[in-house]
Amino acid sequence: MKFLKLSNQAIVGLLFFSSSLYSAVQIIQPSENAYEEIQEAFILAEPGDVIRLTSGIYNLQDSLSLDVAGVQVEGEGMDQTILNFSDQQSGAQGLSVTSDNVTLQDFSIQNAKGDAIKVKGVTNIKFLRVKTEWTNGPSPENGAYGLYPVESTNVLIDGCVAIGASDAGIYVGQSKNIIVRNSRAEFNVAGIEIENSYYADVFNNVATNNTGGILIFDLPGLPQQGGHHVRVFNNRSVGNNTDNFAPEGNIVGEVPRGTGIIIQANSDVEIFNNEIGDNDTVNIAVVTYGNETDDEAYYPHPKSIQIHGNKFGPTGYNPDTSKGELAKILFELSEGNMPDIFWDGLLPISQLIFGQPENEKMVISNNGDATFLAIKPIGFMVPFLDPAILDINEFDGEISPLAKVEFDETF
Amino acid sequence: MKLFKQSFLLVISLVFFASQAHAVNTSNLVNYTKAPMFLSEFGFFKDMQNQIPSEGVHPYSLVNPLFSDQTDKLRFVYVPEGKRLGYVKDKVFIFPVGSTLIKTFAYLNINGSMEQQLLETRLLINTDEGWKAISYVWNEDQTDAKRAIAGATIPTTFIDSTGNTKNVRYRAPNQNQCKECHQINKVMTPIGPKARNMNKTLNYQSGEMNQLIYWAALGWIDEKLDSKPMASYEDVNASLDDRARSYLDINCGHCHIPGGSADTTGLYLNLTEKDQEQIGIYKKPVAAGRASGNLKYSIVPGHSDESIMLFRMESLDPGIMMPESGRALADEAGIKLIKEWIDKL
Repeated sequence: MKFLKLSNQAIVGLLFFSSSLYSAVQIIQPSENAYEEIQEAFILAEPGDVIRLTSGIYNLQDSLSLDVAGVQVEGEGMDQTILNFSDQQSGAQGLSVTSDNVTLQDFSIQNAKGDAIKVKGVTNIKFLRVKTEWTNGPSPENGAYGLYPVESTNVLIDGCVAIGASDAGIYVGQSKNIIVRNSRAEFNVAGIEIENSYYADVFNNVATNNTGGILIFDLPGLPQQGGHHVRVFNNRSVGNNTDNFAPEGNIVGEVPRGTGIIIQANSDVEIFNNEIGDNDTVNIAVVTYGNETDDEAYYPHPKSIQIHGNKFGPTGYNPDTSKGELAKILFELSEGNMPDIFWDGLLPISQLIFGQPENEKMVISNNGDATFLAIKPIGFMVPFLDPAILDINEFDGEISPLAKVEFDETF
Repeated sequence: MKLFKQSFLLVISLVFFASQAHAVNTSNLVNYTKAPMFLSEFGFFKDMQNQIPSEGVHPYSLVNPLFSDQTDKLRFVYVPEGKRLGYVKDKVFIFPVGSTLIKTFAYLNINGSMEQQLLETRLLINTDEGWKAISYVWNEDQTDAKRAIAGATIPTTFIDSTGNTKNVRYRAPNQNQCKECHQINKVMTPIGPKARNMNKTLNYQSGEMNQLIYWAALGWIDEKLDSKPMASYEDVNASLDDRARSYLDINCGHCHIPGGSADTTGLYLNLTEKDQEQIGIYKKPVAAGRASGNLKYSIVPGHSDESIMLFRMESLDPGIMMPESGRALADEAGIKLIKEWIDKL
């Protein structure tokens, strides 16, 4: 008896061993049992396996989760393989991934009740030609995030589409080594958002019809903060004039309609060669985190920001002054002529008096005939002093290019 | 290939079945590779249907249990003979390899005429590769429970504590969902059996006894541990603050803790967290989306109706409700407690 058991285990062991030598492809088709089939495949998968979801609509009532490393989940095209969560009954995401070296490609997630795809705490994650969408247009009832990797290292988002998120379409938070390229974000509150993250390249993307196109943010009270080294280049952030539909309480709820790019409380950010225009309020805003916080380790001001070689289209012709206080102040200071580039000018008090360290000063150069306004906080508060700087040439200087973000994309 | 694997498991399970007496089948525990197909194969129960444990399997109970759709929970623990548990204050006991925590979710329907229904039995097995979680879903005849890798949906009806009939779309979690709550810094761990949450009397077959003393008598732990019992959130004689923090600890604090699966939010609800903003007081949401309910802060002292925490406890919408998984109903008693606590802050 005992021998029989042992030999059986040995045989099973051999089977498992041999099956992990080459990658298995498991093919799943739309069916009534699709949830069980997909979820079971996700759990029983071995590293190296491919799980292929064939064309069609998968109606899923519960959220899917993947926790096996090295698995590739692929559909047959973002408009062919559709995971639809319109009738979702449980789980806060459409799909959640918590394992390393995962590739998601060629499918779409529709109408998740919460976030569409959340990836947490992994090393190496690829989203290739994935689409996340809420199909009834911008609405506060839509889920918060489309593509949502967080606390991860080596994040690649390539050729993706994100539509209708009530927070950010493409959101990378508390992560390190990030590439977002060749993607499109539209009708979200924030199109593309990089938050509390280190080393990100955002390029060749289109952000349009969002409330704000591209946001580089940093928030207090989180495990990773002090976002730095973000390059935003060769993007089009145009016509982001959708009314802010974020539910109140969310930070992005403070973004005015018609904002091209916002940099908030990050350091070493380089914005270059972008096309930014047709944004109702302002093309680029560089701002301090404006809410109160007890977090003493948090630095709320942007520093070492470089903005160069961008091409600006018309902006500010229909500003949204209903969100936050800054747009209103800007509107008053500019006497209605909203600039292409705005800086709120806030700094630690010592720097307001004695000046910023040289290497932390903003550099703005070679942006054609871009207009500019920076608030001078002391001047703003004291009568008869100059409340603002309008001369963009005061910020002209040598550009110190940031390094390219690179990691092995072939995992 | 897949079929082949399954047929082998079947063969194995038949072999085990044949060898089964009323004793725990330890070979399933230590060298755990794939969980067997049926719960009975472990031999944890003398009488499956009536949940009478086998020799060496002991019942236990918690001061504060997690709310799980008003299910009754029958908890048992198996520790390999002659082994001891490790103890670190404020942490879960360190169980030796081979130990298993067994938890059957049931509607016992003691307040009505409806028959009892065993829904699922979840196992946490401490293998030589760490804790593994697996759920077994009971068959209609209630004779055995079958492994449910992808979880299961069990629409059913039960009688609640006030004698009312309620419908529920009960969800047995899939293996990944087990990890959502049971993982800290990517390591699986039990949640309930901390000394502070075990320090209470239980009615054993041999009579009433404090559980820690019982465990000491089994030789599992020392008799004197440096641990005070946590307040029961139901204990009206305890302070409101202690009760609320106990409730939040056991229902939220396993994810909302540094290293837990909700640590991205910076909202920490574990009992040992002291920072007011981190507990949620005037804390803005980070990634809540519509789950903010158009409210600005997790907790607004004195105003439960303006506090996101209460809004999410009350919700039944999967995109809003907290906890994210593990409940389909609202916890009325918990809501009442947290509401009162916030209003008096």
